[in-house]
Amino acid sequence: MTHLDEELLQLKKEIIEMWKLVGLQLHKTQVALITFDKDLAREVMATEKRVNAMELKVDRDCENIFALFNPVAVDLRFVLAVLKINSNLERIGDIAEGLARFILIVENPFDDYLLEVTRTILMYEEANSILEDVLNAFENEDTKLARGVFKRDEYLDEINIQCNTVLVEYIKNNPDKTEQGLYILSAIRKLERVGDQCKNIAEEIIFYIEAKVLKHRGNITK
Amino acid sequence: MTPIITTRFVNLFYNEFQALKNINMAIMPNTVTALIGPSGCGKSSYLRLFNRMNDLIDGVSITGDIMVDGEMIYSKGIDIVALRRKVGMVFQKPNPFPKTIFENIAYGLRVNGVTDKKRIEEKVEFSLQQAALWEEVKDKLKKSAFELSGGQQQRLCIARALAIEPSIILMDEPASALDPISTAKIEELIYELKRNYTIVIVTHNMQQAGRVSDYTAFFYLGELIEFGDTKEIFTHPKDKKTQNYITGRFG
Repeated sequence: MTHLDEELLQLKKEIIEMWKLVGLQLHKTQVALITFDKDLAREVMATEKRVNAMELKVDRDCENIFALFNPVAVDLRFVLAVLKINSNLERIGDIAEGLARFILIVENPFDDYLLEVTRTILMYEEANSILEDVLNAFENEDTKLARGVFKRDEYLDEINIQCNTVLVEYIKNNPDKTEQGLYILSAIRKLERVGDQCKNIAEEIIFYIEAKVLKHRGNITK
Repeated sequence: MTPIITTRFVNLFYNEFQALKNINMAIMPNTVTALIGPSGCGKSSYLRLFNRMNDLIDGVSITGDIMVDGEMIYSKGIDIVALRRKVGMVFQKPNPFPKTIFENIAYGLRVNGVTDKKRIEEKVEFSLQQAALWEEVKDKLKKSAFELSGGQQQRLCIARALAIEPSIILMDEPASALDPISTAKIEELIYELKRNYTIVIVTHNMQQAGRVSDYTAFFYLGELIEFGDTKEIFTHPKDKKTQNYITGRFG
């Protein structure tokens, strides 16, 4: 294994570690929402600092590899992809922090019926599962799995669009729970953005492995 | 950790011309230090201080302290042969002896008093393995060293230097006469060797300095402009002159 290979492997380990931490953050906010566990939400907010530190470390390591090794071809694409995936993961970390914040602000546990009709938990599970899929696609260089993410993201988009109608109806019938309804609306918007970030990550994985640029193309051509 | 090489206020003159000006630097053991800078900046003169190769040039005078492995190497009574055993050197162009591959390494051992045949054979094999050349030459040890490619010859020269068990290896543009594949092999070798040796390398190839070294020293007009962690030098150089040189804006 060459010196550059060692550096690239180390970079891959670092980004995977960050990926798993971000996945755990998102999962913890789901648990905190269901169980209304404010301590767990606080833990997520505190751990966000670690995610940020990891982002800076990966940024710095990418910068060093560019400066010291002048990577080309697949090595260059790998470092470029990691640099962008790093930003996407950090944003998912921010989303998890934002979701945790809602749990701290709200005074009473979320209404189970509200969570059910808005399909919030389903959306959480789907977002977590997509994040896991892109991680597996990255680890195993599986572009087929990465491509599967585009379709799955559409499902999140669909839940997000439908939630407007559902929430209008819910708030009309439960005016005392308007605040909860609005927080859930924001949570769904955030989870929809997790899907978008995962879609961006999938594009980066395909760029790195197949040297194909899928950005700004319609879903059909992807 | 104690530095293995320390220079304090070192000045070097070629007659009236001052090639090095007040150089202070400490080189740590088991690291690779790259000396970079434009032609005539003094980097090779500085490298050649550590095994007193400059002594061979007429009109050279040196002031300041140069300490290698705890010893002031320019004090009176210093054993220069022992110093050069401790501080090996590899030059720009491969310079194997006009002998067999085996003899290129065995010769230095015999000169240094090793007479046991089995011991010599073991050392030859070990040195060639360390230089990542054994697999390529093990079946032709009796052939002339000149039959090897340029890259192989250079690795043979490195093996020859390693056989004497130095603690420091000086390399003066060791890959500048080689093709890219041979260069990559030499660079990987340098990376491997730092586990057991301290390496100081002069290079004109900036990318090479980035790839192989832990520390980089930038020389300009005989002055040490900047010395530090290679990552820092190549990403956030402190001095404008360093930045201009490594980005190819002068030199």
